[in-house]
Amino acid sequence: MAVLVYLDHEGGAIRQASRSAIAAASRLGDVDVLVTGPDAAAAAKSAAAIPGVKKVLQATDTTGNSELAEPVAALLADLAAGYTHILAASSATAKNVLPRAAALLDVQPIPDIVAINDADTFVRPIYAGSALATVKSADAKKIITVRASSFDPVAGEGGNATIEDVALPAGPGGSTFIATELSKSERPELESARVVVSGGNGMLNGENFKLLEPLADRLGAAIGASRAAVDKGFVSNEYQVGQTGKIVAPELYIAMGISGQIQHLAGMKDSKVIVAINKDPEAPIFQVADYGIVGDLFTILPQLEAELDKAG
Amino acid sequence: MKVLVPVKRVIDYNIKPRVKADGSGVETAGVKMSMNPFDEIAVEEAVRLKEKGVVSEIIAVSIGEAKAQDTLRTAMAMGADRSILVETDVVTEPLSVAKVLKALVEKEKPDLIILGKQAIDDDMNATGQMLAGLLGRPQGTFASKVDVTDGSVTVMREIDGGSQTVKLALPAIITADLRLNEPRYASLPNIMKARKKPMEKITPADLGVDMTPRLSVVSVAEPPERKAGIKLDSAAELVSRLRNEAKVI
Repeated sequence: MAVLVYLDHEGGAIRQASRSAIAAASRLGDVDVLVTGPDAAAAAKSAAAIPGVKKVLQATDTTGNSELAEPVAALLADLAAGYTHILAASSATAKNVLPRAAALLDVQPIPDIVAINDADTFVRPIYAGSALATVKSADAKKIITVRASSFDPVAGEGGNATIEDVALPAGPGGSTFIATELSKSERPELESARVVVSGGNGMLNGENFKLLEPLADRLGAAIGASRAAVDKGFVSNEYQVGQTGKIVAPELYIAMGISGQIQHLAGMKDSKVIVAINKDPEAPIFQVADYGIVGDLFTILPQLEAELDKAG
Repeated sequence: MKVLVPVKRVIDYNIKPRVKADGSGVETAGVKMSMNPFDEIAVEEAVRLKEKGVVSEIIAVSIGEAKAQDTLRTAMAMGADRSILVETDVVTEPLSVAKVLKALVEKEKPDLIILGKQAIDDDMNATGQMLAGLLGRPQGTFASKVDVTDGSVTVMREIDGGSQTVKLALPAIITADLRLNEPRYASLPNIMKARKKPMEKITPADLGVDMTPRLSVVSVAEPPERKAGIKLDSAAELVSRLRNEAKVI
């Protein structure tokens, strides 16, 4: 039995979430992986070093087609014959591509799995994590996205897989890639950061979000935000932690001025340690926080920095 | 040009869903139901395109039980011109829904199909992509901006770490993300008017679609509860606990 994992990479470096998808896949069979894009060769080299990967399929493409769902879904559907399962980490890319590939194969996809019971049976959150559904697929092939925070990533080094070229098909046409705009940040990636400092409605405005930076610097943290903060325009949506944003599970999650709506909790409640600072003692965030301080975050924030400097 | 907007009736987003005692699913009896919030954004976008004169007709469609007609009435109160209810008591899945929509697209020949990116009940985030796949047409998922010009649509899409812009030949499939627009509330006069707008009722069998689900639900359970921790009085105590007790800094 062989399993194919479609990997996300950034300029040739395999994302940690994809290594979690490989961890999940290795429980289902021998793992082959697929990388696409202009840097596919570099990504294939990194992927070949991941322990447990048997074969790397690389589809180098410089036309922009690898940025589109249509050709990549067609490629996955072409490759599907050799595999029982096709997996990817739940990312915007995977969510764009995998359901389309599933349609081409007449398969109902199984998104966002958090556990594998057997080759046909998987656990996934529904209703923004308010319930966990165990579902059994009757499809001969399974198309799955994996919630990375639920599977410990495999190591990045130590493997020695073979690399093979595959060609990216043109797809049905009609779609043209125009441009990608990525926000630049020196901070760790939100989804793989060891510490996350998030701000919510209580930050009051976008300017105040800068106040979180010194704290994040001291902790080596990524900065996140609640949907309320994003909707109000304090920060852009790539900061959003929650059901409709990023799902994170860091060692330490610090929620500043976040009330703790269900949809936010769905994105961070698997964090190892949660700290909440909020002036409202009744805020639901305190029901999931390991440590809480009721008070004005603008008073507590500088105190926290001073204490960290002292202790460190 | 014609737009098709599929809408789903789901538990209202303000209601905390409760798992049934027998673990067979989530309780919907006696629970307030509403249009899926992402579908509201899709309807709003279609209505705005009509107000701009780009679109001439908006058809709302819902696949589900008879009560889904309430959701279609809401879509028509927001501005859809007519609606189609594809009535079924079978649990709907993105694959079967996409097949129903494909049949309707072949019949109605819309230039644009705008869906919500995800239903907030099953959180599948798949129907739009699957419809596009079945039709072999371009897709612009997670749209935050939509611009229709001369036979094509430019879509700005939300991706991890930023945004991406694609240009799609019509007919195309778009799925709406949160920031595409802020949906309007239907006014009372428009709610009254919506009652008189036409609603066609058909079944999946009329379209030759087999709705048999591919996924069977083994069980539905509450997630493990996280226990509330302790409240501290000072930043000093917090830092000390994080360092010595939790050992995370």
